[in-house]
Amino acid sequence: MASDKKGAGPFRLIATLGLAGLFSGLVLVTVYLATQPLILENQAKALEAAIYQVVPGSETRKAYVVEDGKLVPFNAQGNNLPSGDAVFAALDAQGKLVGFGIPSEGAGFQDTIKLIYGYNPENKRVTGMQVLESRETPGLGDKIIKDLNFLSNFENLAIEPEVVSVAAGSKKNENEVDSISGATISSKAIVKIINSGNSKYLSLISALMESEEKP
Amino acid sequence: MADQSKLYRETVKGLWKENPVFIQLLGLCPALAVTNSAINGVAMGGATTFVLVGSSILVSLFRNLIPKQVRITSFIITIATFVTVADLTLQALLPAIHKELGAFIALIVVNCLILGRQEAFASRNKLPYAIGDAAGMSVGFTFALVILGGIREILGSGTLFGFPLFGESFEPWVIMILPPGGFLTLGVLLIIFAQFKKSRARKALVRLEKEAA
Repeated sequence: MASDKKGAGPFRLIATLGLAGLFSGLVLVTVYLATQPLILENQAKALEAAIYQVVPGSETRKAYVVEDGKLVPFNAQGNNLPSGDAVFAALDAQGKLVGFGIPSEGAGFQDTIKLIYGYNPENKRVTGMQVLESRETPGLGDKIIKDLNFLSNFENLAIEPEVVSVAAGSKKNENEVDSISGATISSKAIVKIINSGNSKYLSLISALMESEEKP
Repeated sequence: MADQSKLYRETVKGLWKENPVFIQLLGLCPALAVTNSAINGVAMGGATTFVLVGSSILVSLFRNLIPKQVRITSFIITIATFVTVADLTLQALLPAIHKELGAFIALIVVNCLILGRQEAFASRNKLPYAIGDAAGMSVGFTFALVILGGIREILGSGTLFGFPLFGESFEPWVIMILPPGGFLTLGVLLIIFAQFKKSRARKALVRLEKEAA
């Protein structure tokens, strides 16, 4: 350091750090503004793709948000998706309702797991599940994301009286989910999150469908 | 201008002779934490390269203006800014990779390799050397991460860069992609590196003795 001679005065120190902070702030604001739209777009794209994945046959979606204990259509500007509590009505190419995409979250083994699952109100079945965000143990708990045997549990899953997780390979009833061996806690967490999503949204969804049937 | 041979020396030393992970044992937290696959090693190495080279350039440029009392704070402000830029850029352009690396991108701020190079090198040397040093160290770091990640991925998942290597009958050693696998792999590699260094030193000694005789 060349400025060792006699040391720098307090003004110099404050000015250096002040300037460094100022420039750093300017850079960060610029980069944030430049990247934010892309980041939101990525998140929306991931969510949208997940809806079509968990509700087979769906090609478009309509967002509903919770307001005063009721589901009301979300008036989106452009292609935006709601940020708070919401469910997505999934429609096929003809605009016919084929199911709902229900996002839900809850505690996993290490951190909050966020997922979305498809729900068919006609036969009251779960039609698919995809994990959106998780930090489960690599190699064990993170099988909840990709393990095809585990995911196939959710392709036609009865929800009444409630979804139950059972030991790996012992699924007998239609409302049971085979756990992943070595990832029992993560598997149970998924089941719990789906049940909590059901208790939160299913009554709202049936109320919405009744109100839409009578014009 | 820069003295060519010094520039070469400062750049190359980080690759092997002073490899940040295998020889200096710096930056081990990300080196162990994210290397459960080779591609994660590449991504982490890339992000670290961006931060290390960027901060070294700034620190070297302003080395005569930063008072000694506030140098560490200034280094950290510089590093943190570059890390946040890298974090946001990855999130915007490569969301899948960002999802894999998670919190470890933000933790590059406290990677002692980066602060160490600022304090020990960039703040005392001219710009070309600082860039050379940072680039060499970054490549050495990335190399180490890819080696660690590759070994752990092959043994722990039976794949390399996502391509399956063995048949269906291969039973992956799950422990290799869990934290203990990182320590095991690093330990074995350190033994190999130490042996290599020792045998080279012995050969050099033998040669000197022969010349003396």
